[in-house]
Amino acid sequence: MHVLLQHPKRETEIKGPRTVGQLLKRLNLLPEAVLVLRGDELITEDEALKEDDIVEIRPVISGGS
Amino acid sequence: MPRHNTSVCAACLNDYVVEQVKRAIKDHTMFGRGDRILVAVSGGKDSLSLWDILMRLGYDTAGLHIQQGIGDYSEQSHQKTAAFAESRGAELILHSLKEKEGAGVLELADLTDRSPCSACGVMKRYNFNKIACDRGFDVLATGHNLDDEASRLLGNVLRWQEDYLAKQFPALQATHEKFVKKVKPLYRLAEREITAYAVVNKIDYVIEECPMSVGSKMFVNKEVLNRLETDAPGTKQAFYFGFLERQKQEDLSREDETIRSCTRCGQPTTAAVCSYCRILEKVKTAP
Repeated sequence: MHVLLQHPKRETEIKGPRTVGQLLKRLNLLPEAVLVLRGDELITEDEALKEDDIVEIRPVISGGS
Repeated sequence: MPRHNTSVCAACLNDYVVEQVKRAIKDHTMFGRGDRILVAVSGGKDSLSLWDILMRLGYDTAGLHIQQGIGDYSEQSHQKTAAFAESRGAELILHSLKEKEGAGVLELADLTDRSPCSACGVMKRYNFNKIACDRGFDVLATGHNLDDEASRLLGNVLRWQEDYLAKQFPALQATHEKFVKKVKPLYRLAEREITAYAVVNKIDYVIEECPMSVGSKMFVNKEVLNRLETDAPGTKQAFYFGFLERQKQEDLSREDETIRSCTRCGQPTTAAVCSYCRILEKVKTAP
C-alpha cells in the first residue's frame, strides 16, 4: 500500500500489513501518537487494509503552545 | 478512544468533545455568556478547534494570531487562521512581531542569545495578555490539551519546579490589574481526540510543526507519556487529573506577592524590568 507520512513529509510503499495496527507496528509508531486516514475517513487499529490502499499517517503531537 | 475503552462515530465524537469542553468551563467557572473571550489561535489543530467549539456553543469570541516571522511556516499559519476566521465571519486580531516589535522571533532570539522558543514564548505571553486587557476582553483562552498539561506536569515534577506547579491550573485568575484571566478549556481532551475532532470537522489546520521546535523537551515528555498510555490507557488523565485534585486542597485564590509592575511598560512581572522590555531594549540598541 502507499503510505503518506509527516514530520518530515514523505511517501513510501509498504507490503504485508493487513490491518492498521499491524502497519503502525511495522513502522514502530505508537497508536496514541497518530491518526490514520484513508481519504477523508479516519480508520481504527482493527481496520483491514488492502494492498492498493492509500493511507495517511498523521501525527497528533505538537510541540508548541 | 482506548482510555474510555470505546470507539465512536463522527457524530458521537463531536458530542463527546463538546461535552468535555462544557464540563471544563463549568467545573472551573472559566467564563459565562456575558463574557468576551479572546482565543489565542496559532493555526494549529488545538486552537482552531477550540475556537470552533466555543463558537458552536454560542460564546462571544474573537481570535488573536501572532505573526512570528518564521518564514513559510508563519506565512502558512497566518493564511490558515485567516481563512478559518473568514469562513465563519469571525473577528480576527493580527499582531505582527516584525511590524509592532521591529523584529521576528528568529531575529529576537539572535539579538538576545535566547532560544527561538524562549523568545517566542515571551512575545506570545506578553502580547496575549496586553492585547486582551487593552481591548477589554474578560478572558484569554488557549488551546492547551490534556497531553500538553500532562507533559508539562511531568517536566515540572522531574525537576521539582514547585513555583511552576502552582501555576499549572486550567483557570488562572487575574492577580494584577493588568492581568487578564487565562483559561484552558481543552484540558480534559487528549491530543489525539482533538486532532480527530479537527479532521472530522474538516478544519484546515497547519499539520507541519514549527521548524524551531525540533528536539524540544515537550516532544520527549509526550513520547514517554504516550508509551505509558499505550501500556496502560488512562495514565495521562490519571496523572494530570490526580494533580488537579491535590491542587484543590491548596489555597488557589491567594495573591501572588511576587507580581509587580514593570518600571518601563507597567505590565505585570516578577522582575523590575519585564522580559519583554529587556528583549525590546536589545532591538532598539542593535547596530
